[in-house]
Amino acid sequence: MAPILDVRNLKAHFHTRRGVVRAVDGIGFSLEKGETLGIVGESGSGKSVTQLSILGLLPTPPLKIESGEAFFGGLDLLKASPAELRSVRGNKISMIFQEPMTSLNPYLKIGTQLIEPLTRHRNLTKKEAWAKAVVSLEKVGIADAESAMNSYPHEFSGGMRQRVMIAMALTTDPELLIADEPTTALDVTVQAQILDLLKALQKETGMAIILITHDLGVVAGMSDRVLVMYAGKAFEYGTTEDIFYRSQHPYTSALLRSTPRLDTEVGSLPPIGGSPPDLMRLTGGCPFFERCTVRVNDCKEIFPEVKTFADSHRSYCHLKELPQ
Amino acid sequence: MGLGYLIKRVLTMVPVFFAVVTLVFFTIRFAPGGPFDEERRVPPEILENLNKKYHLDEPLYQQYFRYLGALAHLDLGPSFKHSNRTVNEIIAEAFPISFELGTYALLWALLIGLFAGGMAAFKPNSLFDYIPMSVSIAGICLPTFVIGPLSILLFGLWMEWLPVAGWDEWPSKILPSLTLGFAYAAYVSRLTRGGLMEIRNQDFIRTARAKGLKESTILIKHSLRGGLLPVVSYLGPAFAGLLSGALVTETIFNIPGLGRFFIQSALNRDYTVVMGTALLYFTLIFVCNFIVDVLYVVLDPRVRYE
Repeated sequence: MAPILDVRNLKAHFHTRRGVVRAVDGIGFSLEKGETLGIVGESGSGKSVTQLSILGLLPTPPLKIESGEAFFGGLDLLKASPAELRSVRGNKISMIFQEPMTSLNPYLKIGTQLIEPLTRHRNLTKKEAWAKAVVSLEKVGIADAESAMNSYPHEFSGGMRQRVMIAMALTTDPELLIADEPTTALDVTVQAQILDLLKALQKETGMAIILITHDLGVVAGMSDRVLVMYAGKAFEYGTTEDIFYRSQHPYTSALLRSTPRLDTEVGSLPPIGGSPPDLMRLTGGCPFFERCTVRVNDCKEIFPEVKTFADSHRSYCHLKELPQ
Repeated sequence: MGLGYLIKRVLTMVPVFFAVVTLVFFTIRFAPGGPFDEERRVPPEILENLNKKYHLDEPLYQQYFRYLGALAHLDLGPSFKHSNRTVNEIIAEAFPISFELGTYALLWALLIGLFAGGMAAFKPNSLFDYIPMSVSIAGICLPTFVIGPLSILLFGLWMEWLPVAGWDEWPSKILPSLTLGFAYAAYVSRLTRGGLMEIRNQDFIRTARAKGLKESTILIKHSLRGGLLPVVSYLGPAFAGLLSGALVTETIFNIPGLGRFFIQSALNRDYTVVMGTALLYFTLIFVCNFIVDVLYVVLDPRVRYE
C-alpha cells in the first residue's frame, strides 16, 4: 500500500540575525492509512517544527525549507503554493495543538469556530455545517452539544476544549491528524480520556495520526511506529516493538532507562547527563556526542550513516552493536 | 452585564459628582481675588450692589447650598463676567462647536490611526511599518501649538488650499480638526499596530491557519476584535480629552468653542462658568468611560461586570 504521507530528507532551518538554527536537519518518515506514528524527543528537538513546516504554518522567513520532499496524495507539500496548502489544511490534514486553553479564539463562539472548516472546505451553508458540527461535538463526548455550540471557550475546562479542538479537526473527515502534544497540558486522568477518544475515533474513521510527544508512555500505548528525534536529526525509526524492545541507539536506550515503569523496582531513575546542544553551534558530528556514554572516535566529526535492521527499523549510530 | 450593573454604575456617579461639585466650588472660592476685581477699582457702593445681586455677600455655605439647589434644576446660574448671559446659554452656544471639532478630530484619529497601524501590522519591519511609526512618534512629541501654525503655514499660506482660521464652511473645519486629531491618530496607530501584532502571535491564530482559512478571514474575523480592544479602551478618555482639551486649537484657529471659556473663567474668577464647564467635562469623561466599559462587554465575552 502506498503511504499517505511520505517525507524524505526534510531540512528546515531558521535564519535569524544571530545565525542559522538547524531546527530540522534531514528528517524522513512515512505512514500509511490508519497508522499512528509517534514522534518522540526532548523540547527543542524539532518535533513540532517538522510538522508545522510540512503544513506551511511557520512564517518564511525566518524559516527556510532547505531541502526535502513531503508527498501527500501526489502533492509535494513543501513545494505547494500557499493556496494549495490552504486547501489541504483543515481539510485532508488537520492539526491539534498542545495548548487547548489558548488554541480557540476567546472572542468567538465555539459554534462559529467549529463550522469554519466545513464552510471553508465543503461549501456547506452555515446551517448544514452547524448540524454537522453538533454531531461531531457529540462524537467527542460533549453532552448537550447544541448549547456548547453557543458557548464561548472560556466556559469550558482544558479537557473539554481539547475535545472541541478534536471535534473541529475531524469535522472534515481528514486522512491525517497531526496531534502536537495533545495531552501535555492536561491532567493525567483527562490525558487518558483524550488518548482513548483519539484511538476510538481513529478506529472509526481510519485516519492516520502523527502524535508528537515527549511522553514515552503515551507513545507506547498509541503508536504503530516511532521516530526518535534529537537536535533536529532522526536517531531511530521503527515499529513500537523495535524501539521499545530492540532499540539500536544509545539515546533511545538512555531515554527508556530514564522513564518510570510499572514492571520494575522503584529505584532512582538514571537521567541523561548534560543538556541538548545549541542548534546554532552544531558540528558535523553526532549532536548527542557530548552526552553519550558509549561514544567512539568518529562521533565528534562524522554523523553516522543509516543502519537498517529488520524491516524498516533504522538507526543512526557508529556503534556496530549496542552494549546491553 | 445586567440592568442591575447599569443602575449601580449610574448610582456610583452621584457621590463622585457631589464630591466634584464641592471640591471645585470651594477651591475656586479660596483662590485670591474675585470676579469684580479689575485694574480700575470699582467704587465700594457698586461692588456692594454687585455682590448683593449675585448673592456673594452671603456666607459661603449658604451660597454653596444655593448653588446646589439651582443645580438640582439644571440651572448653572448667571455668568459674573458676561453680563446678561447665563452659564446654560454660554454652554449651549459654545459647546456644540467644541463637540463638532472634537468629533471630527476623533474621526481623523481613527481614520488615520487605524489605517496606518493596520498597514504597519500587516507588513511589520518594512517601510509600511517604519514610515507611519516614525511619523507617529513625531505626532506624539510635537505639541499642538507647533503643528497648528505649521499646518496653517503649509496648507493655508503657501499652498492656499484651506482657510487659515474661523469655523463656518467645511473647508475651514479641516485644518483645526486635523491639528487636534493628529496626536490622537499617532496614539491610535501605535495601539492598533501593537494590538494586531500581539494577536498575530496568539495560538488561536495558528489554529485558524491550520483550518486553511484565508489571511483576509483571519485578519477580519479572528484578529480585529481582540486586536482593537486597546484602541477601544483608549477612545473613551481620548474623546473626553478631545472635547475638553481643544483650547490651544481653538485659540490658534480662532474658533468660538468652549475651551476658551474654561480657561478665561478660571482666570477671571467667573465662578459659575468655572463650575459649569468643570461639571460638563466631568460628565463627559464619565459618559465616555461608561460607553467604553459597555463596549468591552460587547467585544470580549470573557468580560463580565458584577
